[in-house]
Amino acid sequence: MSANHDDHHHAPDGHGRALRLGIGGPVGSGKTALVAALCRSLGPSLRLGVVTNDIYTTEDADFLRRAGVIDAERILAVQTGCCPHTAIRDDIAANIDAVETLEERFGPLDLVIVESGGDNLTATFSRGLADRQIFVLDVSGGDKVPRKGGPGVTTADLLVVNKTDLAPMVGADLTVMSRDAAKVRDGKPVLFTSIREDKGAHSVAEWVVGIVDAWHHEHAHSV
Amino acid sequence: MHGDMAMLLLADSRLPAGGHAHSGGAEEAVRVGAITGPEDLARFLRGRLATAGVVTAALAAAACEVGARPAPERWQRLDAEADCRISAPAQREASRTQGRLLVRTTRRIWPSEALDSLALAVPDGAHHPVALGAAAAAAGCEPRQAALAAAYTSVTAPATAAVRLLGLDPVLVHRLLADLAPALNDAAHEACVIQADDWSDLPAHAAPALDLLAEQHLRTEVRLFVS
Ligand SMILES: Nc1nc2c(ncn2[C@@H]2O[C@H](COP(=O)(O)OP(=O)(O)OP(=O)(O)O)[C@@H](O)[C@H]2O)c(=O)[nH]1
Ligand SMILES: [Mg+2]
Repeated sequence: MSANHDDHHHAPDGHGRALRLGIGGPVGSGKTALVAALCRSLGPSLRLGVVTNDIYTTEDADFLRRAGVIDAERILAVQTGCCPHTAIRDDIAANIDAVETLEERFGPLDLVIVESGGDNLTATFSRGLADRQIFVLDVSGGDKVPRKGGPGVTTADLLVVNKTDLAPMVGADLTVMSRDAAKVRDGKPVLFTSIREDKGAHSVAEWVVGIVDAWHHEHAHSV
Repeated sequence: MHGDMAMLLLADSRLPAGGHAHSGGAEEAVRVGAITGPEDLARFLRGRLATAGVVTAALAAAACEVGARPAPERWQRLDAEADCRISAPAQREASRTQGRLLVRTTRRIWPSEALDSLALAVPDGAHHPVALGAAAAAAGCEPRQAALAAAYTSVTAPATAAVRLLGLDPVLVHRLLADLAPALNDAAHEACVIQADDWSDLPAHAAPALDLLAEQHLRTEVRLFVS
């Protein structure tokens, strides 16, 4: 490419840009609740942007804007044309565009969170879009879900099992979930949350601060 | 020499440039009951190819020419020609969004002066056919190949969307696409007639129904596709 182009074309490597964190998982597991919680916990100390991938309408983006946990303009919604996993894995162009738009408008940012549309256990983020990813399950899907594995459960940098408050109601055994997850995840972390009870999802927020710090050190010389 | 392969890549719906989220008016046509099954879809595709398809192919062919000798002023003028051939604001916006994403994607696949100069000349996103023609030039295509890729994607996007939205038999829909082969050739041929820089003569077929569908689509609360 010619050397003197001064349009906003970010290098695909991480230099001089925010950490991009993907949050994926099945429909209704609590992804938007987790995004809101992270905005609450991290908003005071980190410069944030959020991209949502809604299946229909702009429900998730609207929810976050109404929740008032982050400036409304710092949330962009991407439409996925019937295929939520395509937009985060196979054809990430619209998501990259949204992330870079946020960085151009409000940058420099520390963290851009990309919430995927609710999908199945095979839906993971492309490395071209997300530097790190969290997969969110909930206990109401049954305690067999971690055992079933799938790339979301096995490869995500962090597995979150949400809605622990519902475990007694649905008869889900958290120790079984914890043991099975450990077995398929090769030592990668798993956190149990009830975002209903902990509105800041503090354990997850602490993990995110850790990866943002690490990212910053790795790329500090270019910022 | 590499033009055939590049044309296939550019026409492939798997090209990661955001095309999967656009239905070319098909989603709204389904919603209002204008497409209910294969027969309606066949007519929709034929009409789209004869209007928007030809215009898009002609702009892509012209852009492919410009790409061989790129200059900011020429990009801006061709982009303005595209602008005045796309009358619905909703379609203009969808076209520019797709164009911006296509330039972003293809610059990484085929780094080139053609695409760099287009990105600089029209920083908010050139119209999709202009971007497609520029990418085709960057990839080593001839204008006719750019026109074919443009005409082809103008019908495959709505066909795929209809399969998803109505649960149509995908094999039957591919047969409809195959039946369009002669019309596709004609469209590409018509698109390449004008070769000079006098773009005012480029085809400008209007499709008022598509314009209206695009505008209504933008106002529809529940939708899966961007356009
Ligand atoms: N009981 C309970 N409900 C929760 C918890 N976290 C989220 N919810 C509820 O679960 C429902 C779905 O939460 P969302 O955050 O919208 O889930 P999502 O994964 O973003 O859903 P989609 O984006 O539609 O796939 C909402 O009604 C939340 O209030 C939790 O910890 N406990
Ligand atoms: Mg959500």
